[in-house]
Amino acid sequence: MFLKKLSALTLGVAAMGLTAIPAMAQDFKGVTVDILTRPGYVIAGPLAERGKDFEAMTGAKIVVTEVPFAEIFPKIQADWSTGTNSIDVGVFAAGWGVELDAAGLLEDLDPYIAADSKIDLDDIAPYFRDFGQKVGGKTKLLMVDGDFQMVYYRTDVLSSNGLQPPKTWEEYLDVASKIHGQDMNGDGEGDFGSCIFKKRNAQSYFAIQTFAAPIVQTQGTAQGFHFDNATMKPIINNEGWKKAFELYKATGEFGPPEELNMDIGDTRALFKAGRCGLIVEWGDPGTLQLDDDATAIKGKMYAISAVGSTEVLDRATGKLVPVSAATAPYAVDGINYAPFAAFGGWAGAVNKGADAKTKAAAYAFLSYMNQAAQSGVDVTIGATGYNPYRTSQLASTDLWVKAGMPKALADNYLGAINGAINNLNMASDMKIPGAQKYTSVVLDTELARYLAGEITVDEALANIEEGWEEVTEDFGRDEQVASQALALGL
Amino acid sequence: MASYKSSLQPTFMSAGVTQRNRLGEWVDRHSGTFFIAPCATLILIFAIFPTVYSIFFALSRVRFTGDGLKFRYVGLRNFKKLFFGSSEVQFLGRTDPVSIFGYVIFIIIVIAVLVWLWRSRKITTWVGMIGRTISAAMAIFLSWLLCASLLSGNAIGTLYTTLFYVIVGCALQFVIGTGLAFLCSQPISGKNFFRVVFFIPLMITPLGVGYAMRMLADVTKGPFEPLLAFFGLSDWIWSADAWSARFIMMVGDSWQWIPFIFICMLAALENIPGDHVEAAQVDGASSPQIFREIIWPQVLPVAATVLLIRMIEAFKIVDLPNIMTGGGPGTATESMTLYSMAVWRANDMGSSAAIAYMLLILTVVVCASFFNYVVLGQVKKANA
Repeated sequence: MFLKKLSALTLGVAAMGLTAIPAMAQDFKGVTVDILTRPGYVIAGPLAERGKDFEAMTGAKIVVTEVPFAEIFPKIQADWSTGTNSIDVGVFAAGWGVELDAAGLLEDLDPYIAADSKIDLDDIAPYFRDFGQKVGGKTKLLMVDGDFQMVYYRTDVLSSNGLQPPKTWEEYLDVASKIHGQDMNGDGEGDFGSCIFKKRNAQSYFAIQTFAAPIVQTQGTAQGFHFDNATMKPIINNEGWKKAFELYKATGEFGPPEELNMDIGDTRALFKAGRCGLIVEWGDPGTLQLDDDATAIKGKMYAISAVGSTEVLDRATGKLVPVSAATAPYAVDGINYAPFAAFGGWAGAVNKGADAKTKAAAYAFLSYMNQAAQSGVDVTIGATGYNPYRTSQLASTDLWVKAGMPKALADNYLGAINGAINNLNMASDMKIPGAQKYTSVVLDTELARYLAGEITVDEALANIEEGWEEVTEDFGRDEQVASQALALGL
Repeated sequence: MASYKSSLQPTFMSAGVTQRNRLGEWVDRHSGTFFIAPCATLILIFAIFPTVYSIFFALSRVRFTGDGLKFRYVGLRNFKKLFFGSSEVQFLGRTDPVSIFGYVIFIIIVIAVLVWLWRSRKITTWVGMIGRTISAAMAIFLSWLLCASLLSGNAIGTLYTTLFYVIVGCALQFVIGTGLAFLCSQPISGKNFFRVVFFIPLMITPLGVGYAMRMLADVTKGPFEPLLAFFGLSDWIWSADAWSARFIMMVGDSWQWIPFIFICMLAALENIPGDHVEAAQVDGASSPQIFREIIWPQVLPVAATVLLIRMIEAFKIVDLPNIMTGGGPGTATESMTLYSMAVWRANDMGSSAAIAYMLLILTVVVCASFFNYVVLGQVKKANA
């Protein structure tokens, strides 16, 4: 199935490439565009494959270099900042662009967009268009992927146990405890109630934010859930985050024994093998379950746009209070939801220091990847790692059914993503200078130490608070306040 | 008589000859300097200069901008963060609460160190006393950390994880490596085959060793899975427990480095004159006596040097924990080098340089102390 899809992708690319030639008929012969991104086929693979077609159309050679996830940002930052300029395009988390832009390293893409009739920016969902692609009101990145973190559950397992999908994290634990140890793939072995990637230096720090968002953010997206926006004092050492940490750790009781050493690749292998009842993931499982190696779960992994909380943080006291119209105005049926736009999606940015022709070729390639004709195919293939971010991809199930997704699953999948993207209390990922340090270094390290039992939750939160304050001082408090206001649209 | 007197008079030569001779003598006198100058210059450029330059990093907040690196002087803030700031527990470990046992052991160690220092004043110069005072201060500091963290039931930090790899790892490697070398120095059949086999791991790249150990230690798919299942250890996950993860890390490190000790010690053992051993055998000495009185004193200088080199290398361990666990669970297997690398990966050059300086100081003091007070002491004792 996977190979068939890749063949379909290749044929589709070729067919669409032919139709796209007139628009792309710029002569980039002799130009090489060096792209740096994450390792593996996910994200990098389609860039390389479509790069070959782009070369056939325009003459520009696309070279994709892969580095470990934790090294993407520092390598790009060091390369562009020191004038080495061996990288022309960085494909990374949309939120990371702001730090590079603050250093004056990103090319303004608006002039290119003005001359581009194919990109159709209006078709990009508002969150990704305005928060993902723009920095300081100017388009500095182009999305190739749209990201939200959601909860997925095995419909067959839950229904056979007479269970409903969880609405709160407490219910998540309850469901996980009831199905943990059951054989979910018919191999005679007990499987796991919950699977979450908890390895350090991987994706664990995103999942903890998915747990914390509905407890800490109550007043809409502009409120944020990391800082007091007026002072940039961390809102982390309180009962809200403490509860999120404790709930997150508690899921480990119903997870695989090696969960602390598992990254997203490991958990994906597990749920594709039918070994997980509940998972926290991005949009990928919706399409990954259609792969040939996922027959155990095909059409059975349904999504929930967000899991919420019946208690929320009172920021004045740092205590938890019950959800009410006053404490959580966006709550539904007494539950506050805050779907987390984790990572913000993979986006491409062009190095301002590259020469003019390379920059033009780099933009043309990113535009080519972003255009509905190409991305509309890519997002339906799980192996690409690309999730929908265009309205045309989210408005109808036709595209998905055509790609082989059962209609009921497509309804559920798009419903969950649309539910997340249209939620007025949607939680935005950090988009300020130092975002990577705040989260993937400070938060990730202390979370890992808490999960491993090295420190208590109170120590972890106190350390994060202190660490975040140090990062804020390093970047300048006033500058960070201004960046936060810009990021949250204040 | 006349000829004798004239021979005592200075000989006058032409000016050109004198200058050439003086130049020649000067060159002769400084030939050592000339020979060593290229090497010293290279070391200055490639080792000393970066080391000194990194002080600027350690005392600065380094920002990446469109105009290159921008340094902002922050004083000792990067160091303060390690000892009193957000990184304190990660670097030093948890030091609160301290148990009664921890206090007692610490007091005993402090008294012992101070007595040693007091006695030293009679046997060393004032320069030596400065060195011993630095060693004593480091010993007291490390003792306090040990007593307040590990001996009080608290988690150790990156600093002691590194020392664990160095002290326990090197000791284990030395004992096994020396033992294997001793066996292969005996007249046993097939010893040449074993020499090659024991030496192979040293020739594998550390990255390869890391991945090989990761596969070997996989408890669900690795080759030892049936064995673990047989002993009822199917649910034992070494990577989820701090000490088992450190132990596995040490096993991997030992597998790679035992051959180094083995090959050096084998060379030393085979250089011992056979007639010494034969004479002892004729005199009726037992095997343990021969090893203790004949063999060990002769291999001691080599053993001490090998151990010192191995210790310096062990302080820099980074490949294995990075590949096998990424420093986890938590930060349990994170060495100081890996810690520095992780911070560097976030482009926090200042903090990374500060950690590297702490490692440098620790390595220099521990290794110099080991060499001066343990190695030289043993060598003097053996020579006596």
